[in-house]
Formats: sequence, structure tokens, C-alpha cells
Amino acid sequence: MHPIIKLVAQRLSLGILLLFAASAMIFGLTEALPGDAAQAVLGQAATPESLANLREEMGLNEPAVSRYFDWLGGIMTGDLGTSIVNRLDIAESVGKRLGNTLFLAFWAAVVSVPLAIFLGLLAVRYRDRWPDKLISAITLTTISIPEFLIGYVLVYFLAVKLGFGTALAMVNDSMSLWQKLNAITLPVLVLTLVVLAHMMRMTRAAILNVMQSAYIETAELKGLSTFNVIAKHAFPNAVSPIVNVVMLNLAYLVVGVVVVEVVFVYPGMGQFLVDAVTKRDVPVVLACGIIFAAIYIGLNMLADIISILANPRLRHPK
Amino acid sequence: MSNAMLKVKGLKIGATVYPPGEKPHDIEIVHGVDFEVEKGKVLGLIGESGAGKSTIGLAAMAYGRGGVELTGGEVWVNDREILHTTRNDLRSLRGGEVTYVSQSAAASFNPARQIMEQVTEAAIRHGKFSKADAEARGVELFRKLGLPDPENIGKRYPHQVSGGQLQRCMTALALCPEPDLVVFDEPTTALDVTTQIDVLMAIKEAIRDTGVAALYITHDLAVVAQVSDDIMVLKMGEMVEYGSVDQIINSPKEDYTKALVSVRSIDHEEKVSSDEAVLKVENVTARYKGTKFDVLKDINVELHAGQTLAVVGESGSGKSTLARVITGLLPQKDGNVHFAGRDLKPVMKTRPKEDLRELQMIYQMADTAMNPRQTVGTIIGRPLEFYFGLRGAEKQKRIQELLDEIELGEGFQDRYPAELSGGQKQRVCIARALAAKPKLIICDEVTSALDPLVADGILKLLLDLQKREDVAYLFITHDLATVRAIADSIAVMYQGEVVRYGPKSQVLSPPFDDYTDLLLSSVPEMKLGWLEEVIANRKMESGGN
Amino acid sequence: MIKNIPLSAKLGLFITITYFLTAIFASFIAPYGMAEIVGDVWEPSSGKHLLGTDNIGRDLLTRMIYGGQTTIFIATAGTILSFVTGSTLGFLAATLGGWADQLLSRFVDLIMAIPSLIMALVILAMVPVTVPVLILVMGLLDATRVFRLARSVAVDINVMDYVEAARLRGEGGAWVIFREILPNALSPLVAELGLRFIFMVLFISTLSFLGLGVQPPLADWGGIVKENKDGIVYGIGAALYPAVAIATLAISVNLVADWVLNRTTSLKGGRG
Repeated sequence: MHPIIKLVAQRLSLGILLLFAASAMIFGLTEALPGDAAQAVLGQAATPESLANLREEMGLNEPAVSRYFDWLGGIMTGDLGTSIVNRLDIAESVGKRLGNTLFLAFWAAVVSVPLAIFLGLLAVRYRDRWPDKLISAITLTTISIPEFLIGYVLVYFLAVKLGFGTALAMVNDSMSLWQKLNAITLPVLVLTLVVLAHMMRMTRAAILNVMQSAYIETAELKGLSTFNVIAKHAFPNAVSPIVNVVMLNLAYLVVGVVVVEVVFVYPGMGQFLVDAVTKRDVPVVLACGIIFAAIYIGLNMLADIISILANPRLRHPK
Repeated sequence: MSNAMLKVKGLKIGATVYPPGEKPHDIEIVHGVDFEVEKGKVLGLIGESGAGKSTIGLAAMAYGRGGVELTGGEVWVNDREILHTTRNDLRSLRGGEVTYVSQSAAASFNPARQIMEQVTEAAIRHGKFSKADAEARGVELFRKLGLPDPENIGKRYPHQVSGGQLQRCMTALALCPEPDLVVFDEPTTALDVTTQIDVLMAIKEAIRDTGVAALYITHDLAVVAQVSDDIMVLKMGEMVEYGSVDQIINSPKEDYTKALVSVRSIDHEEKVSSDEAVLKVENVTARYKGTKFDVLKDINVELHAGQTLAVVGESGSGKSTLARVITGLLPQKDGNVHFAGRDLKPVMKTRPKEDLRELQMIYQMADTAMNPRQTVGTIIGRPLEFYFGLRGAEKQKRIQELLDEIELGEGFQDRYPAELSGGQKQRVCIARALAAKPKLIICDEVTSALDPLVADGILKLLLDLQKREDVAYLFITHDLATVRAIADSIAVMYQGEVVRYGPKSQVLSPPFDDYTDLLLSSVPEMKLGWLEEVIANRKMESGGN
Repeated sequence: MIKNIPLSAKLGLFITITYFLTAIFASFIAPYGMAEIVGDVWEPSSGKHLLGTDNIGRDLLTRMIYGGQTTIFIATAGTILSFVTGSTLGFLAATLGGWADQLLSRFVDLIMAIPSLIMALVILAMVPVTVPVLILVMGLLDATRVFRLARSVAVDINVMDYVEAARLRGEGGAWVIFREILPNALSPLVAELGLRFIFMVLFISTLSFLGLGVQPPLADWGGIVKENKDGIVYGIGAALYPAVAIATLAISVNLVADWVLNRTTSLKGGRG
């Protein structure tokens, strides 16, 4: 077998293993911490009888391990359980919201990825000159402010003062794509600003690292044009680190979405999760937690696999 | 009009330095040098680190590496001045008229592309050859340079061939566009001796066959003597001496050149071996954890008190592993190590303090062998404190004595390693080992990271100390010249085995086994025509090419 | 000493120290009581209320000062916790090696496989949200990052010849860790300390903003945003003051950390 297939297979199985371990940990946490779902629902005023009844009803008296496997089996078959607050099927509520979240994250990625790579290249091209310093100063600032505050700063100055975009990003099925895009302008902008800084800095570092290699000097000493040096020698080696950077930042984006959704009251997974945590709706928290973790782990795994595939030493073994 | 294809007049080169805690400022690293290279001739540039030789070599391509700037003078290639020419003209010069071979081919080849693509790239880009013709020329060069399977080696990726092979590919890369001048920048320095000789011969023949002119940069006068017509000796950015190879090697005028020529000619008379063995390695076999391969196979050597045993071999021969077994860092699988009349426990942690004290070690890289956060005083003082419980004034006095012994004198106690030169650092490491009053010091390639003259100083110091302190050395090295200078007995190692062992006079005289012959004959000698002689008389092919 | 500090680091140091002093002496500096209602809802800035008043008529400057105290206190405590745990375990893992290292490292990998905000939310869904709980949760989650850094720095140093030389001399574990490894690991760790502190400030602010951090009536910067966010659509910028506070603090700490890192990397090649 080609060693690269073996490596990718290894990384895939590691990802799956990690996913199981993460699910067990998330589930285990809700077990190990004081209080349980029944306690959470009934609150301080619960009588021992009502608690016992509810526990029985929710199956909390089963051993933890068997409940874990029931829960895991449910997730595999698309059954995420029911909310203990409103008794609605979680899979159904999550379905549409997950779509909305991915819609938001997708457009943020569409804007930020090319922009970040472009700015990264620009910063490298004008390294240590004013464009580089300006870009680095701006990104340092956006890194230093939490997502939600960037959101409100934009709402205040753009939506309220200048009338650009809307302060609330309400979307529903009856809207056309254009209307939806219009509604999510500001959240996309916020998410872009947030990941742009990280992505651009990491891209810059990755390209600089390649540009300082001895083989770039060799290419320059061959009298190649700047374009050829970059296209033929730097690019093939920079692809892998850049793709890696992009993947890591998309994973980061998934988390950034949580907060931004709350700011813009956007009907996505993030807001759903935060609501559930506030209401102590444990099954919903578990379901959302594992979905976010799965996306995050998946993207990280993808990043690793791409770097394996892009490595010439692994692609062409001795 | 002269016949010179490269003419350098009053070349000055500057660089910006960024000393920490100070404002960046410009310094001059080359202070005006002049030389010429005629068509088909080879000029050797020789000097120690900091001489500016690589910088001058790259100036022939009007290229400044890093923050280096060509600040003054003229460089003429094919009768046009290139320091003030257009970008387009520079492009046609670089890779077309002048090409470059670097020290590390492994880093200079793009890992993502096939060797042939990279070898032919410049020739095709500059319109010298069609793709098919360039590739045909590439194959021809591969053959000429003695690469195996010349038709197909170009299809491989750089990491798929060995270091010696890649260095030849780099030479092919430089010769492919039929340049007028090639700059060779220490092309064989990173290779093992037995590989170096083959690459050197290949380069020499390729230069001769293609009639190209060359600048050959190296720190090793013996190497440059084999390939050059003329030699320029450089020191601290200034020319010391410039002449034909014959004149420089056989009748040098300047003291500095004389020192370089006579380097590695320390005369050391072999001591008569006494009965008392301070170290006895018996049937030692060792392997690294998790491997199924013995890196040391049944090693038997002996070292007498106050004498030096040199362990010689190339990379991968197991010579450093032997040191790790003796120090207890890698417990042996089989066999025994006797030291000072007692058995050494295999695991270092279980050895009594007295064993640790009497067995000291000096490392190859003095830089990483000293804690950068400790002063010289602390570094030397700690063993005094640790083994002998010395404190206060008594300790200070002893530290100063040790500093005097290594010829460093006053004022070094409070300095940090970063404030010392390479040779000074290694001296401090020697003092640290001496502080323990050891019976045996293991010296692991202690001179190989140093410039030849500095290395000579260290070797002389070690010999002096041996006389005064009666300490034994286990001297691990790949460099036979060092061995000649310092050893009383020699063990030659090859692939984990001792292939030849005995007193120096015996090991270094015929009849030789094939490997020792190869190894001995591969050490460059300060003699014209040595290279051809050796290649003609060789019995065994080097393995690692 | 002070002369050699570059201007940017001096400025960073000055602002950082000012913030910390304000936090420590909040009760002396603040013009009004923390929860005291002293005026109308969202009064504009005036001589009486420099930053105006908040959503229920409390003095905003007072809220910002007390908010800074809470935020900085929690962030500092969390950073200390994460550093002590992370670097101790990291050094141990590096010097012990073997199964102890494997166990710790794989466990940390697992925790880091889940984004820390998501992890924190899951935990906070189960336990009562109090200040000690917040410090504990944030500090321990963040300790994983410190662990990774401390371990990798220590592993790098651990294979240096001078550490081997100390071991060959027969030095004990304490000397090796405290005299050989720690002095060389300190600088990257100190620089990281600044970054972790900033991260803590952002983290606690985010949690408070989501309503899962510091609980009212206690003030903190994230909470101030939450309380005043409804004013934004009316053009009232009360919710934006914390942005200025957080950004200036974060940038200042960054500048100091940058300087520490630069100063110490140059030590390797230059004069001590």
C-alpha cells in the first residue's frame, strides 16, 4: 500500500476516535458535575417526589454507560432526543438552525479566505514597509476586541449612524437569497474581521517561511522573473501551509458564529446553544455541543490530511 | 582588452547589523578586493568564517544575501559592469552567464519538483536550449558527474537521492545552461570525506570538460589546492595573499597563509602503552530502544591512563553511540565497560558520584553545551561545588586557575557564553571538564565545528593539558588529520564495528584493509595532484555517494 | 534599564499598569457606588457623569471602573491558575517522559479537540455560575494551551547538550528543572503569559455578554455591553466603552509581551 494512504487512513481513524472520545467526555461532564437534568428542570423548588418521578420519566435511573450508548446510538441514527424545556424534537429544531449557521459561516468564508490570502501576500510583498505595518496594526486591533464588541461597534457606526445593513439579522424561509444576504451583511462582516486577522497573520508567516528557503534563493539566482519564482517555486510549497491555515480558521469561524448569532439575534445553532445553556436544557446542550465539536474536529482533521497530501516527501516516498 | 571574463575592482560590501539593545547600524564586511578570473580558469577563495568569501562569490552575480549590500567598486562580467545594470540584464546574467552551487544542495533544491525540471529550468528560461535539448544535456551531465542511472535520476524528487548525489545534481544544475562562470560555495563541506573526494573529482572533471571558469569557495586549503589554478587568501574581508596554487601551497609569503598551509601538521609522538588501562570496553553490543538493529557490534577497545584513543569513522559508523554507552546514556545490550579498575554500571543514574566525576565529556557544539543563562564562572564553578564542595574565595581561586590553564585569563568569569568566540567557548567547556579532575575525558568531535586555525589551538591545548594533568582522552572524530595530531592508539569504525584497532603507528601503516585505505586516502592533502593520484590508486568505492 | 525599553513597550507598560492600579483602587477612584442609581436612563456625558449613565441610571464611569476590577481580577486569577497548572504539568511531562507524558498529552489533545467556548458552555449548563466557578473553568480549560507550550519548550531544552552535561555530572531533578531548564524557558512563557491574560479578558467578557459569566448586580465589561446593548439602535454608545477599554488593555499587554519576547530571543545570539 502507498504509505500516504496509510497515513491518511491513520489520521481518519484518529479523527473518528477523537470524536468518540469527545462525545464521551461531553456526556461524562454532564454526569460528573453536580446536579442533573431533572434538577435543572425543576430548579430549587423541586420536591424529592417530583424529582424522582421526572428522573424515572427521563430514564436518568439507568446506569450512565448504557445511557451514553443509547444517546450515541440516537445521534448515529439522527435522533438527538427531546428538549426538556419545550418537549420538542431536538433534531427538528437543530436541522434548520444548523443550515442557517452554515449559511452564515459559508458566506463569511467566501469573503474572508480570498481577502486574507490577498492581504497576506500584500504584507509579504511589502514586508516591513508601511502596507505591512498598517495591515499588522489593524489586525492587532481586531484580534484585541471580542467578536461581540466588534459586532456592536459596526452596528453603531454602520447600521445606526450610516444606515448601512441591519442591526438584526432575521432570516426565514420566505426570503429570497438576495434578501437573506442583505440581512446577514453585518454578521458576515464581523466574522470576516475576526478570522481575517488570524488568517492573514498566519498566511503571512507561512509565505515568509517559504520565501526564506534556500531553494527560493536558487530560483532567484537562476535569473527567473519574480512571477516565476513565486508561481513555480514558492507557490507549490506554500499551498499546504496556507490551506492548513484556512482550515484552522474555518474551525475557528464555527466558534465565532456562536457569539455573533447572539449579537444579531440570528436564528442559528449558536443562539440555540446559548439559550439552552441559560435554561439548563441539558439534552439540547449536549446535542449542540457534539455538533460543534464534530465540525471543529472534522475541519482540523481535514487540515491535517491536506498537509499530508501536499507533502512531496510523503507523496513520492523513497 | 584583457581576457578576463570576471573582473572585480575595489569591491566593498556592507551589511546592516541589529545588535540587541542598540540601534541597527551598517558595517563593512568586505573592504575593497580586486581579482580576475580568465576564461576556463578556476580561482579558489579561501578563508575562515567571517572572511567574506561567500559574500564575494555571490557578488559575481550582483546578489546580496539577507541584509547584505554591494556598496562600492566594480564587478565586470563579459566586459560589462553588473553592479549598476538593469534588472532585465541581471536576470539574463544570473542562471545564464553565471550560475551558483551552494553548500547545502538538500536545502537548495525545491522539494516539490523533480530534479530534472530544476536542472533544466534556467537553460530553458534563458532560451539557451529547447526542453528536449536541455534534458539531453542534463542526462549527459548526470553521466559525466558519475550519477547512477543518469537517464532516470532526473525523474526523482530531491529527497529521493542521497546527499552526495544531490550535490552532484546541483553541479549539473549549474552547468546545464552552459554558463561562462560557476560559483562553487563550499560544495563538499557538508559531505563525508569518502564522498567528498568523489564529488570533488566529478566537479573537477566537469569544469575541465566544459571549459567553464569557476570561483571555488572553501575554508579548506587542501581541497581548493586540488581544483584551482589560482588562490586568493582572505581574512576579515581583506585580501591577504593572491597567487598561483603552486606559489600559495609551496612558498606562501604571508604569515597567515603559512599558518593555513601548516595547519593540521601538529607533531605528536605516540606514547608507549603502559599496562594500566583506564578504560576497557569488552564485547559491547548496543541498540536503540524500539529498533531491531545493533548500532554497535561486539566492540573491544582499551585506553591507557594519560593517553589518547581516537575513534574514527564517518556518520553512522556508531562512534558517537560508543560514547553514549560509556557515559551510561545508552545502556549496552551486552558486554562490559571497565573504568579505573572497576565495573561501570550500564545505567548512568545508578553510577556512584565518583564514577561520574572521573569520566567527563566535551561536546562538538560548545554553543549548546553551555547554558546561555549561566556565566562562565557558574559554568566552571558548578563542578567544583558539586564534586569538591568548594565555596567562596576558594572556589573563585580555583576557577581563575582553570581559566589560566585554558589561556583565557582575567575578566572572563562574569561573561555569558554568547559573548565568547567559538574557540573561547570550547575552551570553557574544556575547563568545565577539567574542574572535575577526571581520569578520562570523552571528546566528541570537539574541533569539527571550528575553523582550522582555531581547531589547531584547541588540539594543542588538549595535548598540553594531557601532559600536565595526566588525563586520558577518548577522541571521537571523522577527521584523520586530527587523529594523526593527537592519538596514541586508533580504532577505525565502520557500520557499527571496529574494523581496525591498535597503536597509531600500526593502524596508519600498510597493509590496510579496504575501508581504512579508503578513509585514509580520502583525507585531502596539502599537495598538488593529490586528488588524481588517490582516485587512480583506490581499492574500494565509497559507499555513501 | 528603563532607557533601553522601546517607546511602544513603554506605552504598553504604562497603560497596563494604569489599568491594574485603577482596578486595585476602584473603590477610591470611582465617583459613585457600584450599584447606586444616580440619574436618568442613558443620560449623555456631562460634568456630573463623565461617561453618562447606563440603562437604569447608574453612573457609567463608576460601572466601567468596577467592571474593570471584576474583569481584571477574574482574568488575572484565571491566568495564574492556568499558568501554574499548565506549566507544572508541562515541565513534568517533558522531564518525566514515558507514559506520564503520553497520558497527559493525549488528555490535553482531547480537551483541545473541542473549542474552549463550547466546552465552557457545556460545563456552565450544569453548574451554578459563580466567580470561583468561572475562574476554575476558564483557568483549567486554558491550562491546556500553557501545557502544550511549556512542554514543547521544555522538551526542546531538555535535549540540549548542557542539560545532558548536567545530568552526566550527576545533578538531581530539581537542579535540572530549576537551574538549567526554567531560566531558559522563562522568556517564551512570560510572553505567553501576556497573551493568555488577553485571552482571559476576552473569554470572561464573552461569557458575561452571553449572560453566562459575571452575574448582576456585579459589574464587568462584558456585562456592561449586555446591559446597554439595546441603546445602540437608538444611537446611544454606552455599550461601546468596554470595547475601548478591552482593546487598549489588550493591545498594551501585547506590546509588552512582544518586547519581552524580542528582548529574550536576541539574548541567544547577543550580549546578555
